[in-house]
Amino acid sequence: MTLQVETRTAIERARDRYPVARSAILPALWAVQHEQGLITPDAMSEIAGILQVTPSEVEAVSTFYSMYFQHPHGRHEVIVCINVSCALRGAEGIVDHLERTLGCASGETTADGAFTWSSTVECLGGCGGAPTMQVDHHFQENLTPDRVDQILGALRSAGSEGEAPASLSAAASGQDSDESPAQGSAGETPLTTPKEPAPTATSAPVVKKRPRRPGKAAQ
Amino acid sequence: MAEYKLLTKDFGAVGLQTLKGYERVGGYQGLRDAFAKFTPEALVAEVKTSNIRGRGGAGFPTGMKWSFLPKDVFPRYLCCNADESEPGCFKDRYLIDESPHQLIEGLLIASYALQVNISFIYIRGEYHDQRLLLERAVEEARAAGYIGRNILGSGFDCDVIVHGGAGAYICGEETALIESLEGLRGQPRLKPPFPAVKGLYGQPTVVNNVETLCNMPHIVQRGGAWFKALGTEKSAGTRVFCCSGHIKRPGNYEMQLGTPIRELLEEECGGIWQGRSLKAFQPGGGSMQVLLPQHLDLPLDMNAVQEAGSSLGAGAMIFMDETTCLVDVSMRLVDFYRHESCGKCVPCREGTYFESELMHRLEAGLATRAELASLADICSNMDGRCFCPLGDTATWFVMSAYKAFGDEFEAHCGAGRCPVRAQATALVA
Repeated sequence: MTLQVETRTAIERARDRYPVARSAILPALWAVQHEQGLITPDAMSEIAGILQVTPSEVEAVSTFYSMYFQHPHGRHEVIVCINVSCALRGAEGIVDHLERTLGCASGETTADGAFTWSSTVECLGGCGGAPTMQVDHHFQENLTPDRVDQILGALRSAGSEGEAPASLSAAASGQDSDESPAQGSAGETPLTTPKEPAPTATSAPVVKKRPRRPGKAAQ
Repeated sequence: MAEYKLLTKDFGAVGLQTLKGYERVGGYQGLRDAFAKFTPEALVAEVKTSNIRGRGGAGFPTGMKWSFLPKDVFPRYLCCNADESEPGCFKDRYLIDESPHQLIEGLLIASYALQVNISFIYIRGEYHDQRLLLERAVEEARAAGYIGRNILGSGFDCDVIVHGGAGAYICGEETALIESLEGLRGQPRLKPPFPAVKGLYGQPTVVNNVETLCNMPHIVQRGGAWFKALGTEKSAGTRVFCCSGHIKRPGNYEMQLGTPIRELLEEECGGIWQGRSLKAFQPGGGSMQVLLPQHLDLPLDMNAVQEAGSSLGAGAMIFMDETTCLVDVSMRLVDFYRHESCGKCVPCREGTYFESELMHRLEAGLATRAELASLADICSNMDGRCFCPLGDTATWFVMSAYKAFGDEFEAHCGAGRCPVRAQATALVA
């Protein structure tokens, strides 16, 4: 798979901006993931070519950071925080609700390819609005099961019409952007736009399956 | 002493996120003053006078950090650490969301003081919207002549690059941040050499927290002596405290340092929710030791909290009511460190694994007393023996909680379930 011209251009601009080209690896990986929905070996080779490093160096970096996907994800990414501040305010209830509603375990993708969801111990920084989740990079706070249903429902109905706006991939390159994507506009800016048919729960490899917690915070 | 709005004074003003809105409340006057009234050396001296200590966690005096840069070695770099990932911490996000230009102005003032021509803002990957906001603000500032060549006719050049991370807590450690910025895996470097001598691209580098830099426009405009008089002798100024957990009004509150913690809890946060009482709290984010209700009268002062056996750390206050299971809280924090360990050193990589396995068994009521006894052994083989503070701090909360709530930990042994949760459920029912 070859990168789109805009993605290559974004990577080249990032390369030229930093004092040392290899600093552009992270922005380059972001640009690729926003175009292709994941980081493939082919794309890593292409990044390596542009930045004049070896493909293995790009791979070493891409596998270190938890936000780069090596496998296809659903059209929307849902990440629920279960660290202390969220747990104290009912995060496990949200986790249970998502598992029931979406019909798959944390780290998996729904059968229709709409959602990949996971619970994470990596504090999202939404503790003031706990429990918190991020949907396609946007914060959703003060969650209740009803609110979760509303958010997912809005995405499902929007998803049947819309595609990802270009602004996300342009802005994601770490480069100058004239775009002004709306803040907090969940439902309009999917994280990924896979070119291939979305995976199903049975075929999708589990990217990062975190252990379910046997215990729950006292409410 | 009480709430004192310095950084957050204009928050909520219409359009503060835009350059026009920021200029309307006097924005970028600090940068003008810096150019008009100070040489770079005098500006470093002024920041030293202010006594400001870093707001990222370690509390190192900022002026002193700046003065470690070797003379006449260029280029130098400045990195703003916006990789805020400490559990319970959400102040940097707030400062960026409300006033991105305040951070950029502070960054430019610091860049001028340090004679840096390229500055970076390293922002965590999860703060996607905040990164876009900063990128937009940087472009606005560039178009207005605050960033670029010969800024405001001062002869000083500075470019600002916003660099997005991709999900690694360890990149908040300054040498790991530098590695990540160089396009490498975010693993910490051996110190010395310290970044001030050999940092980004092998050049002298300063890494400062978002909140530290946001103070700079105010220090420049009001003077270091004025700032020093605010707060306490050892902790000058204000800090933005991220309050979360079992309180009525979670959120960020900017307080004058020296204010009693009780005042922050009762007056700003509205006290503990649902008519319950406080069981324990963590004063500095996920890394710091647990404190108890009797510590509420401590002042918000870095040294005072340290003397009580914990730390103000990154300014995150997590309050827990009487229904909280400290074993469960410890388990979540240990899980966090296990997940975020970069794998470079054995004590951290293996230690967090063993800690986490043990805490899961304990919380489920499956661990034996002998297993629990091994916790201290695991932790003593980590604390002080890890390559960087991540591994050390992975033991601090759990050990302090075990010390303070030993009975609770022991009651879990062989109980077959979490006894605290069982009791809390019975109470509520």
